[in-house]
Amino acid sequence: MSLIPTLTAFLSGLIFSLGLILSGMIDPARVLAFLDVTGAWNPALALVMASAVATAVPAYAWMRRKHRTVLGTQSHVPRRRAVDLQLVLGAAIFGLGWGLAGLCPGPGLILAGSGNTGALVFVTAMGAAMYFAANVDALLSRRRKGNADA
Amino acid sequence: MAFMDLWPYVAGGVLIGIAASLLVLVNGRVAGISGIFNQVIELAPGQQYWRLFFLLGFLLPAPFLALNKVNFEVGSVGTMLTAGLLVGLGTYVGGGCTSGHGVCGNANFSRRSQVATLTFMATAMVTVFIVRHAV
Repeated sequence: MSLIPTLTAFLSGLIFSLGLILSGMIDPARVLAFLDVTGAWNPALALVMASAVATAVPAYAWMRRKHRTVLGTQSHVPRRRAVDLQLVLGAAIFGLGWGLAGLCPGPGLILAGSGNTGALVFVTAMGAAMYFAANVDALLSRRRKGNADA
Repeated sequence: MAFMDLWPYVAGGVLIGIAASLLVLVNGRVAGISGIFNQVIELAPGQQYWRLFFLLGFLLPAPFLALNKVNFEVGSVGTMLTAGLLVGLGTYVGGGCTSGHGVCGNANFSRRSQVATLTFMATAMVTVFIVRHAV
C-alpha cells in the first residue's frame, strides 16, 4: 500500500461524492423527472453527465497515448471494444432498476450512508445481487475450465 | 432556465470529471462505483486498498447530510428492494453503471460504454414511462 495512490483514491472518492451531491443526482425525484421524457421532463441532469464526460476526456486521452499513469505505474483502463449480448443485457437490467427507484449505485450509497432507510434496503439488495452474480460467475467459469481440461 | 439555476448541474459534473481524471491519471483506474463497491464486498484475497479508501472518501460527506437534515423521498420498501436487486445484477453483468460506463467509458470514447449508456438510458426511460403513464 503506497501512500500517493491511496491518498488520491480517497480524494477522488470524496470529490466524486461532492459532485453527485451538488448536482442533485442524489435526489431520486429529480432523477425520475429527468427520465420522464413524456411527462414534466426536466433535462437539466443531462448537463451533469455531459460536463463530467467533457472534463474527463483529456485525462483519458493522455492514458490512451501513454498507457502509464503519471507515477509510471500500469494502466488498468479496459481496452476491450467488442459489444456483446452480456453487455447489452446487463445494461438493460440496470436501467430497469434505475428507472424504478431513481437511484444508481453512487447516489444509493451516499443516501444509505446518510441513514435513509429505503436507500439502505436498496444498497443491501444491490450488494446481495452482486455477491450472488459473482459466485454464479465463478462457478460457471470453473465448470467451463473443467470441461476444457477433460 | 437562467445560468444561475443551471450552474450546480455543471459544477457538480465538473467535480465528477475531476475525480475521474485524478483516479485514472494517478491510479490508472476507472472510477466506476458499482465495480469498486462489488470488489470491496467480495473481500477478494489480495484486495487492493485503493478501493477501500475511495469508498471511505466517497462516504465521508454522507453523515453531514444527515446532520443537516438533508433527506430525500424514496420509493416503497418493495420498490427499493426490487430496484436494488436489478441494479446489482445489471451492473455486474453489464460491467458498469452511470459512473463507469456513463462518465469514464464515454470520456474514453469506448464503444462498449456508448452502447451500455444508450441501453440503460433507454430502459430507464421506458420503465419510468410505464410506471408513471401506462399503469
